[in-house]
Amino acid sequence: MTPSQAQSTSEVRRVIRFVLAELWPKGPLLTPFNLISIPVILLGAGILAVRFVYGLGSVTNLSQSFPWGIWIGFDVVTGVAFAGGAYVITFVVYVMGLEKYHPIVRATVLNGLLAYVFYAGALVLDLGRPWNVINPIIGNSFGYNSVLFLVSWHFMLYMLTELLEFSPVIAEWLDLKRLRRILNALTLGAVIFGVTLSTLHQAGLGALFLMAKPKIHPLWYTEFIPILFLVSSVYSGLSMIIVEGTISHRVFSNQLDAAKHHRFDEMLLGLGKGAAITMFVYYFFKALVFLHDRQFDLLASRWGAWYLFEVLGCVLVPCVMFIYAVRTRSTGLLRVAAIWSLFGILLNRLNISVIAFNWQAAVHYYPSWQEIVVTLTVIFTEIWVFRWIVVRMPVLREAHELPRAASPAVRPSV
Amino acid sequence: MDRRSFLKFGAATGMALAARETQATEPAQPEEFVGVLVDTTRCIGCRSCERACSVANNLPVPDVEKDGALAQVRDTSDHQWTLVNRFETSKGEVFVKKQCMHCWQPACGAACLTNAMYKTRTGPVIWRPGKCMGCRFCMISCPFDVPKFEYNSWNPKIQKCSMCAERLEQGQKPACVEACPTDALMFSSKRQLMEVARVRIYSHPERYVHKIYGEYEVGGTGWLYLSAVPFEEIGFRTDLGTTPYPEYTKPFLYGVPLALFGLPALLLGLSQLAHNDDNRLEGSES
Repeated sequence: MTPSQAQSTSEVRRVIRFVLAELWPKGPLLTPFNLISIPVILLGAGILAVRFVYGLGSVTNLSQSFPWGIWIGFDVVTGVAFAGGAYVITFVVYVMGLEKYHPIVRATVLNGLLAYVFYAGALVLDLGRPWNVINPIIGNSFGYNSVLFLVSWHFMLYMLTELLEFSPVIAEWLDLKRLRRILNALTLGAVIFGVTLSTLHQAGLGALFLMAKPKIHPLWYTEFIPILFLVSSVYSGLSMIIVEGTISHRVFSNQLDAAKHHRFDEMLLGLGKGAAITMFVYYFFKALVFLHDRQFDLLASRWGAWYLFEVLGCVLVPCVMFIYAVRTRSTGLLRVAAIWSLFGILLNRLNISVIAFNWQAAVHYYPSWQEIVVTLTVIFTEIWVFRWIVVRMPVLREAHELPRAASPAVRPSV
Repeated sequence: MDRRSFLKFGAATGMALAARETQATEPAQPEEFVGVLVDTTRCIGCRSCERACSVANNLPVPDVEKDGALAQVRDTSDHQWTLVNRFETSKGEVFVKKQCMHCWQPACGAACLTNAMYKTRTGPVIWRPGKCMGCRFCMISCPFDVPKFEYNSWNPKIQKCSMCAERLEQGQKPACVEACPTDALMFSSKRQLMEVARVRIYSHPERYVHKIYGEYEVGGTGWLYLSAVPFEEIGFRTDLGTTPYPEYTKPFLYGVPLALFGLPALLLGLSQLAHNDDNRLEGSES
């Protein structure tokens, strides 16, 4: 055995030993989050077992008139909109070169990656015949004409792209310097590919509903749904970064020093400005579609009031709040505005996919408790994985801040 | 023209038209889409078609004499591909058969990402179990809400009328058409069915509304309907438009290659512009 071979085998052994050691939990198990999430996850797993044995009807309220419930309307359609931050931030940092936002790239990309794995992955739970999920990929049955074909390919490619964008962090964590250099060199390409894919599938999720023309309430159906979905995904992603960043800066505050906390507040104001502008563009476009279709008579109904609540109450109001928060430099108000606009996104996506879908039906769909538990299971599992990674890998802190030898002692307990 | 000669003329054309009707039942040419003409004025609500369909397609056979199903308006289901509904209309009781319309450009087929929903070259829209992943996007897209899903099975199938595609391959007619005792159903190529339908309307203008449902609806359907009363009265949606449904996603799909190649070019250009600036890090923003 040559010395270099011996070196590389010992390197592999080191990495394996390190990963095995890292698998072990690093903090107290009896935290409030764990006490809530563990029973929910176990219950969700049980419900899913029932679902795969007795069929979707045994745990969901889905019906022949409502083939898609919250597993699609919330988990997939809303979840992907919430994950829009990754493509916006990587665009801003790597393409436009705004280094100011570099410190939040890793957390945002990790969030995007996990959101796609879990929320887009939740699609598989909803598939009646999931063993055929490979069909549109291996090429024995390409449905080129299908929007869903495009969306599923983009989901898959985008997950790989985000993994590539995040991979330097993994290489740093494992202390693989040469691999890190190679992966770093690929980043710009990955980002450009990722932004392109995101643009298309954010719009594509909206295009899924274009053929449901006779089913969606005319206040929500427009041929411009894809563009509306794309534009709103920008501020949805920015708002999510604000909310998620705020939470993880509280929870993982021992990974950050005072200077970073201060810089984060500065970044929030910038993100808020971006959100305010894109929200206004979205609002303007919504109004344009409304005026162009001359839908005034539709407003005088319960659906009209609901529509106004969504567009005025959950787009225009948080938009104005964003503007005011940025001008008065109030990060508190900024966070309220971010949560509010995320609620608006949730409302919009659910309206199109579930609430105003088949609005004339005699019996309308509402989610069963099992559907809600499974949705919570998906969210909680994602948070577990996110926490596992953030505690171990240099996501919030920077790698060079923590020399390898010192790292275990400095690591926070979670 | 006096009344007498008008009647004579009418009888003569009627006979000529009847002759053409028999012609129309000849097998369609292979490259033409086939379909079925449903004349609701001829349907007596015996539901022989329901029974024949269930037998031919291995579905639970309804007890059409005793189950009293005509009392309410029903929808097809995951175990019933076709059914007859009874409507009380301005011209009395009307029976209407319901099943997949076999659109010329089916929304379900355009929606399907695995080509499991598939329009065969002869016209039937069929479902292929080996390809389907059960996403139910076909159900979201179908303007007639035809595809039905087996929610209570670990191995669910999409259930819908296949126009008896396998029987057609063997040169037979769809089971329902063969079972119909009153010739309310006629199987042929759409071109010939349209001729027959028009002839019936022209020769009995007082009996029919002057519209053939399925001629233009959603870009044309394989199944066509004649009716004595406006179609809204017998459970048809008349607000579906005449655009083939795949057209609604076409502009988006055409935009995809544009974005797929245009955007990377734009983004690469932008990044070059931004990164060639030496003052990037020390510059204005920080």
